[in-house]
Amino acid sequence: MRLDRANIATLSCVLGGAAVLAAMNLLIPAVSPLHVPDFVIAIAGKYLCYAILALAIDLVWGYAGILTLGHAAFFALGGYAMGMYLMREIGARGVYANPTLPDFMVFIGWTHLPWYWYGFSHFWFALAMVMVVPGTLAFVFGWFAFRSRVSGVYLSIITQALTYALMLAFFRNDMGFGGNNGMTDFKDVLGFPLNRESTETGLMLVTATVLSLSFLLARAMIHSRFGKVLIAVRDAEPRTRFLGYRPESYKLVVWTVSAIIAAIGGALYVPQVGIINPSEFAPGNSIEAVIWVAVGGRGTLYGAILGAMLVNLGKTWLTSALPEIWLFAIGGLFIVVTLFLPRGITGLFTTRQPPKGSKQASAATEASMREAAR
Amino acid sequence: MSEPTLLYLDGVTVSFDGFKALNELSMVLEPGEMRAVIGPNGAGKTTMMDVITGKTRPDQGRIVFGADIDLTKLDEPAIARLGIGRKFQQPTVFETLTVRDNLLLALAGDRSPRFTLWARESADEHAQLDRLLATIRLVQERDRRAAELSHGQKQWLEIGMLLAQDPKLLLIDEPAAGMTDAETAETAELLREINRTRSVVVIDHDMAFVRALGVKITVLDEGCVLAEGSIDAIQDNPHVIEVYLGR
Amino acid sequence: MLWRGVCVCRRRLWFSMLIAALSAAVPTAPAHAGGDPFAQIAATNFDIVAQGVQALATSGNPRAAAVIDALRDGKLYAWKWPRPDAPLYIRSATGFVDARSGAPVEAPAAINLRRVIVNDSVRAAIATAEGALGLFAKDPAARRTAAEALYQSADPGALSLIERALTNEKNAGVAQVLREAAATALLKSDTGSGSTRIAAVDELATRSDLSARNLLASLHSEPPPVAAAIAGAIHDIDRRLKLWSLVENLYYGVSLGAVLLLAASGLAITFGVMGVINMAHGEMIMTGAYTTFVVQQLVAATMPGLNEFGLLIAVPAAFVVAGGLGIVIERCLIRFLYGRPLETLLATWGLSLVLQQAVRSIFGATNQDVTSPAWMSGSLDVGGLVLTVNRLWIILFALLVLGGLMATLRWGGLGRSIRAVMQNRRMAAVMGIRTPWIDALTFGLGSGIAGMAGVALSQIDNVSPNLGQNYIVDSFIVVVVGGVGNLWGTLFGAVLLGIVDKFVEPFEGAVLAKIIVLVFLILFIQRRPQGLFPLKGRAAEA
Repeated sequence: MRLDRANIATLSCVLGGAAVLAAMNLLIPAVSPLHVPDFVIAIAGKYLCYAILALAIDLVWGYAGILTLGHAAFFALGGYAMGMYLMREIGARGVYANPTLPDFMVFIGWTHLPWYWYGFSHFWFALAMVMVVPGTLAFVFGWFAFRSRVSGVYLSIITQALTYALMLAFFRNDMGFGGNNGMTDFKDVLGFPLNRESTETGLMLVTATVLSLSFLLARAMIHSRFGKVLIAVRDAEPRTRFLGYRPESYKLVVWTVSAIIAAIGGALYVPQVGIINPSEFAPGNSIEAVIWVAVGGRGTLYGAILGAMLVNLGKTWLTSALPEIWLFAIGGLFIVVTLFLPRGITGLFTTRQPPKGSKQASAATEASMREAAR
Repeated sequence: MSEPTLLYLDGVTVSFDGFKALNELSMVLEPGEMRAVIGPNGAGKTTMMDVITGKTRPDQGRIVFGADIDLTKLDEPAIARLGIGRKFQQPTVFETLTVRDNLLLALAGDRSPRFTLWARESADEHAQLDRLLATIRLVQERDRRAAELSHGQKQWLEIGMLLAQDPKLLLIDEPAAGMTDAETAETAELLREINRTRSVVVIDHDMAFVRALGVKITVLDEGCVLAEGSIDAIQDNPHVIEVYLGR
Repeated sequence: MLWRGVCVCRRRLWFSMLIAALSAAVPTAPAHAGGDPFAQIAATNFDIVAQGVQALATSGNPRAAAVIDALRDGKLYAWKWPRPDAPLYIRSATGFVDARSGAPVEAPAAINLRRVIVNDSVRAAIATAEGALGLFAKDPAARRTAAEALYQSADPGALSLIERALTNEKNAGVAQVLREAAATALLKSDTGSGSTRIAAVDELATRSDLSARNLLASLHSEPPPVAAAIAGAIHDIDRRLKLWSLVENLYYGVSLGAVLLLAASGLAITFGVMGVINMAHGEMIMTGAYTTFVVQQLVAATMPGLNEFGLLIAVPAAFVVAGGLGIVIERCLIRFLYGRPLETLLATWGLSLVLQQAVRSIFGATNQDVTSPAWMSGSLDVGGLVLTVNRLWIILFALLVLGGLMATLRWGGLGRSIRAVMQNRRMAAVMGIRTPWIDALTFGLGSGIAGMAGVALSQIDNVSPNLGQNYIVDSFIVVVVGGVGNLWGTLFGAVLLGIVDKFVEPFEGAVLAKIIVLVFLILFIQRRPQGLFPLKGRAAEA
């Protein structure tokens, strides 16, 4: 496939940057001023996971026009699946030294593993579940939602409702997922101890690779005929029906793929931050992720990655330097971006008329459709 | 027996909140025919198209396509895939895609995501696209975004998309709107050309255009057929004069 | 009640003794064994004093209550040396009164008097005496309380006493309780023929509350006809209890619905008229709640006399503050995002974060104290239910606000303009209605109502910066279910949601109730994306 300059730049930044960081962490001794400290690696890994989530959101929002306000739910579900594997990996090294039951289960008095935990001692099964469970949920949800032609703000609200419901459910201590404490105290992944530097760096590199692969996958989808139909659906859905396309099928496919990508991001996130708990499902998280994409510039894919990096960098800096300001800053960011930067930062560097997915273009098409249909 | 009718509307009634947009409308279209449909505003012309293409469901009546396909039971994509294409009054092309991509999407073929995900443009499709571009005189503009075309060019692009679908029946809503006299004549010529291989239903107000088409005319009024016949018969019909032409 | 503060076993001991004594006393006249109770009380030996108290209570002497009260309060005086006529005096505020007759007497010389003091056993005797005296007290309420106590204790020995009280009882309500007390006493004893026992069971069935049911359930080894009556009675009581529980849930559901109605009405207006999803709507509610707090503080500081009316002042204040804030938001932010509902959603979300943080910075992150005025406190007893009054007021308030809103929209120029813009914006503009101004006012109206919702919420929920977040999700659900822009739909949706919430809650808990409601919403919106009562018409769909 052909790659234009922006995309090459993106890939080289991501992969190259990750490689450089890794090298500077592992190969340069700690005493040298050029050594990249561990926490930087950890932060980089976290941001890369967020970038994967942002990419997933851009896929459905920037190219299919679905404003999803609940995508963090898929991210969190993938995280939980990985968390379950990591919990099983602890084995007898937990506080209660129970070889099969995680600590929190022993704590609440359970005597044997619930059926839905079976199999999670195998990495490949867990990996499959990372993709299957969120994918299935997304598929079922999308099937109902798109088929009944729910769109616009209504759809956004029910994605919020979805993640909110999941958050409430996972907070319950009797669900068997750790309740409000979640899962933590992981020891190792695939045999590599999590507290070792090399493991962390390795995970960061893996995340960077996955991000790049997701990016390429998303690009491939968008530039195929499928992607063109998707863009047509985004801009003038009724017209595509008259051409014989079923927009709901297209939305369903991209929605499910996007959910799986987000879930994989979540699965990579958990071993790097060392914990997963129900607050990951919080509705605010999903909305914040949307702003990353908006800041970077939606409908470009690399904009999503850029936005995720920038905003989270700002967040880390502000919450340590001026914590009370952070909420003002992020709230203000929402307002500023929607009012003044509808095409995000990347939009500042491209001139185009009409811009991709802009309201003018789609409004024009829509208006004439409605006129004609009267 | 003769071959079945192409399109048969049988007592179609559509009401919106008590107002009858279509009132037991019945009409027959033979294969290969071109029909002009005229009538005052609110007569139900566009609603008739909506109902045929599946955008609106009739409260009563049937619409039979070909031998036995009941269109009232299908939705828009299904009806489109059967071979019924529609062109709207205002050009509704996909503004952010290129001219060529617009035509590509319209090309008859498998509409499922599974197909489009892996589809590579075949030589056959390539040739078809070239032919279409030539027909609608947009060869030079093929890589430009559709938004950048002029109004007339967009109209032609839309007609091109319609042809790309390879439909058996075309429903065309006011094709000559906003065109100069010369363009109008060209459009009539184009439609006659299209009619050689497909059936066409044209809605329009412009009586000169309708005369130029030279086909049977159906006059609608208040949701049902007022009169049918040649242009001369219509223009002499006292009912028609009272309701439409005389105004 | 005097029962507290006295050791339980002692109390029980004395009570049974008293009952035994009282039963023995029936049906004879108030004669007693052992002499004049007044003389006993005047004695120096504590046990004799206790016996005297007991005897006095049993005697039916009309002065008994006064004397025993005086003894309890340390106002009873006897002669220092023993005297055959054993005088007893009660010291009142005005002087001395003869204990036996109640007539005022000249104060004896202080040197001759000693106060009758009490020890534990005397105190216990006083306590039981007062309880039993209650049955014969002047005040019907006191009699009723005493009868209730007997009902609860279900002591078979009290039966004859109760029956005696019953014969003299004129007050219907007290008599009923006495009958129930007799029934429990009878059932707990082994006496009584089948038919009398069945009659007692029926008495309890009529009373039909949890205590009756528990008592009936504790009875074993009854002859078949009685056992059948008991089973039937238990069944009936259970059914009635379930019914009351249903009504109680309904009440809570409706009151929750009232709150949701207030919260969602404003949203229905802004969404219906302007198509704007305002994620900062919850913060308008919060603003109203904080306004209430500030108003209460101000009133307490400047005009303490008006404390009870603080809430009434807060209502229009909250409307103005929240409404004004809404107008500002509309003019400075919303109007630049017209036609872009998704962007508006995001921008208002950001705004809500800013507003929350602002309040946090000014007032702090913890809950603020908002007090309820006296006229809103307390509860009503209806049948088997306890209904809190503040919720009743909130329901009333919500209906008033809804009524006011509907009236504003139906009559009056502003209402007409708003409806015109809601139904066909372009046409309204063409007709000369200044749509930008209407938009600002509408947004202000919706926000103002949310502010008033905050006033109501401050009475039943904590006032904190997060207040709005708790209700925003529910408000959206109500608007979506009820149909956008339609106030009847909002009313219906609010009540429906409130009731559904409260009915699922006892079964599955509040959290699961929320989940079920959300899942229901997701499925519901598939079937009827326009809500239950959508605005019809082509222009509205546009």
